[in-house]
Amino acid sequence: MPNNVLRLENITMQFGGVVAVNNLSMEINEGEIVALIGPNGAGKTTAFNVITGVYQPTNGRVLFHDEAIIENFPKGKMKKLYAGENNGVYKSTLIKTPDQITKLGMARTFQNIRLFKSMTVFENVLVAKHLRKTSNVFSAIFRFNAQEEKKMREETLELLKLLDLEDVKDELATSLPYGKQRHLEIARALATNPTLLLLDEPAAGMNPQETEELTAFIRRIRKDFNLTILLIEHHMNLVMDISDRIYVIDFGKHIADGTPETVSNNPRVIEAYLGVSEDA
Amino acid sequence: MNNLNKTKSAKSTLIVILSLFAFWGLLLLVENLNLFIPNVPKLFTPTSKLFMVLRKVIVYCLIAVSLNLLNGFTGLFSLGHAGFMLLGAYTFAILTTPISLKVPEDGIFYKYGGSVVNFSLQESFGAIFGTTGAGGTISLILGVLFALVIAGCIAALFAYLIGLPVLRLKSDYLAIATLGFAEIIRTIFQCEVIKLPGGGELVLGKLTNGANMIKGFPTLNSFNVVNSAGQTTLYLSTVVPAIIVSVCIVIIVLLINSTYGRSFKAIRDDEIAAEAMGINLAKHKILSFCISAFFAGVGGALYAMFATTYQAKPFTSVLTYEILLIVVIGGIGSVSGSCIGSFLYIACSEWWLRFLDEPQVVAGYQVPLLKDGFRMVVFSIVIMIVVLFFRKGIMGTKELPDLFKFKKPKLKGKVSDNAE
Repeated sequence: MPNNVLRLENITMQFGGVVAVNNLSMEINEGEIVALIGPNGAGKTTAFNVITGVYQPTNGRVLFHDEAIIENFPKGKMKKLYAGENNGVYKSTLIKTPDQITKLGMARTFQNIRLFKSMTVFENVLVAKHLRKTSNVFSAIFRFNAQEEKKMREETLELLKLLDLEDVKDELATSLPYGKQRHLEIARALATNPTLLLLDEPAAGMNPQETEELTAFIRRIRKDFNLTILLIEHHMNLVMDISDRIYVIDFGKHIADGTPETVSNNPRVIEAYLGVSEDA
Repeated sequence: MNNLNKTKSAKSTLIVILSLFAFWGLLLLVENLNLFIPNVPKLFTPTSKLFMVLRKVIVYCLIAVSLNLLNGFTGLFSLGHAGFMLLGAYTFAILTTPISLKVPEDGIFYKYGGSVVNFSLQESFGAIFGTTGAGGTISLILGVLFALVIAGCIAALFAYLIGLPVLRLKSDYLAIATLGFAEIIRTIFQCEVIKLPGGGELVLGKLTNGANMIKGFPTLNSFNVVNSAGQTTLYLSTVVPAIIVSVCIVIIVLLINSTYGRSFKAIRDDEIAAEAMGINLAKHKILSFCISAFFAGVGGALYAMFATTYQAKPFTSVLTYEILLIVVIGGIGSVSGSCIGSFLYIACSEWWLRFLDEPQVVAGYQVPLLKDGFRMVVFSIVIMIVVLFFRKGIMGTKELPDLFKFKKPKLKGKVSDNAE
């Protein structure tokens, strides 16, 4: 029995009348690299935002390490409007903010890079260490937390060393080349000590060589940090190369899952990506 | 590597402490020059324009830095500072006005039959330490310090209550909400009686003296050492506020450089990413708001001490804009910039440009345009020029020590282009 890290149960996300994610269920087991793919506008990033607490799902439940972290059911205005399935299965509402979810050990990166622009590489990663602090604001002002601060800095430096970012640590984050900024964003996510890492299009805008480097990089951090990884990606080479399993969604609905081979031969997936031929 | 960093930081701490002491010493020396040298230039006498300006600058420094903590370092565009200053100033004034002035008969609260706050902090301490000599000094200092801290706490408390609903708003909306709060506070403090729905009435005047003036509380001149003949033997009226303000600013700088300060900056740079990195937005925003309000309250109390009398009337939004202007001119996100900005702003408006308000005769020729109010015209043009040529303020996001570094830090990247 594999150890469940993340489980989505019947997640539906509806904005007004638009159902962005429809009845999506997923399971991610410990140590896996799982890819979530689908054509543009399929609802991949919405699903990500539901998992990380940015959006509150209209219906469904998310479990992290077998513990419910998010749960909701259609209510209020949505009661009438609700167009999804499984209405009435979930009865309680459980909302966690993104920072609480990050604290539980789930870290993410963003589709469009969101680094802290005025900070150096080192500070960018150091900020992520803030959530494990134990000192209150007074002890931080008067430097009673010097031990903790020192530990935070050492850990950050170690992490940067491990991820080959040490030589640029005093550079302004935005002055790095694009590929390095991606690495830095992953490094910053890793600084929160996650067990599950969510990567939102990590290879977006990268050339083939950078993509290859990234593939090796993701493999390496999974091994070094004992991570489970869920990623959204459009580069099929990368997806086929590193994923253990793939989930495919289209128009918010789950259409296929399985190993890269089974998915790439699935007629529904081909149809979703290439369209149906006229004379079929 | 680590050791090197440690000695380096210890060295810079030492430099900061030494330069602070040097600054205080210099102020003390210059202010007391007339005690040693009989015919000192008029500029250096303690009652000169220079010291009037310096005292105001010192007070404004603290207020500007506290606004910068909020606007520049946490990215919360708040315009409620006049309100927090007013709260601090009133708290201070009410707590320290001597009892003799609060009595029903001929005190300043005569309209309302005396004040409800029937004590005065420095007199209460006076009862313990004595009222004359060293005891008097101790009770004055303790009374003033306690009142300052309480003033800050009251401002912070109100900031907390206001912040709970208001900090959900962003940028312009937050500015409008806080501006409204400041105006409401001012109106309440000018109010004499509030009629309750049940027919009763709440006489606010008993606490705030309505729209009237409060006076008689310790001022900056109270710090001067006076001998029995009534002559001042040591002028401390600039040094003492300088010390108080320096300590407050050092605390703010320590906060900015701590792990909390880094999270404030992260929130400023990218709220969504900051939250995804585990920073509790609501908690950190309100923390920054309260700390900023605390120091604005202390600054307001010092402002009351500087002004010697106190009423709510001048604490309109114009005061906030003044401080906002200082912050923008100095550089949003730079503590030393705010201090430099305060000095330039106050010196220009109170001192250097004053001659423009009076008709001047140069070589028998009456200079045209110079009359009352012309100063403000020139002043506005100066500000426009400054803003045009220093887009990010005089200091940008740099601090004073950054200017002395040999290797200039690369701050020319796209620092503030992407405001969300």
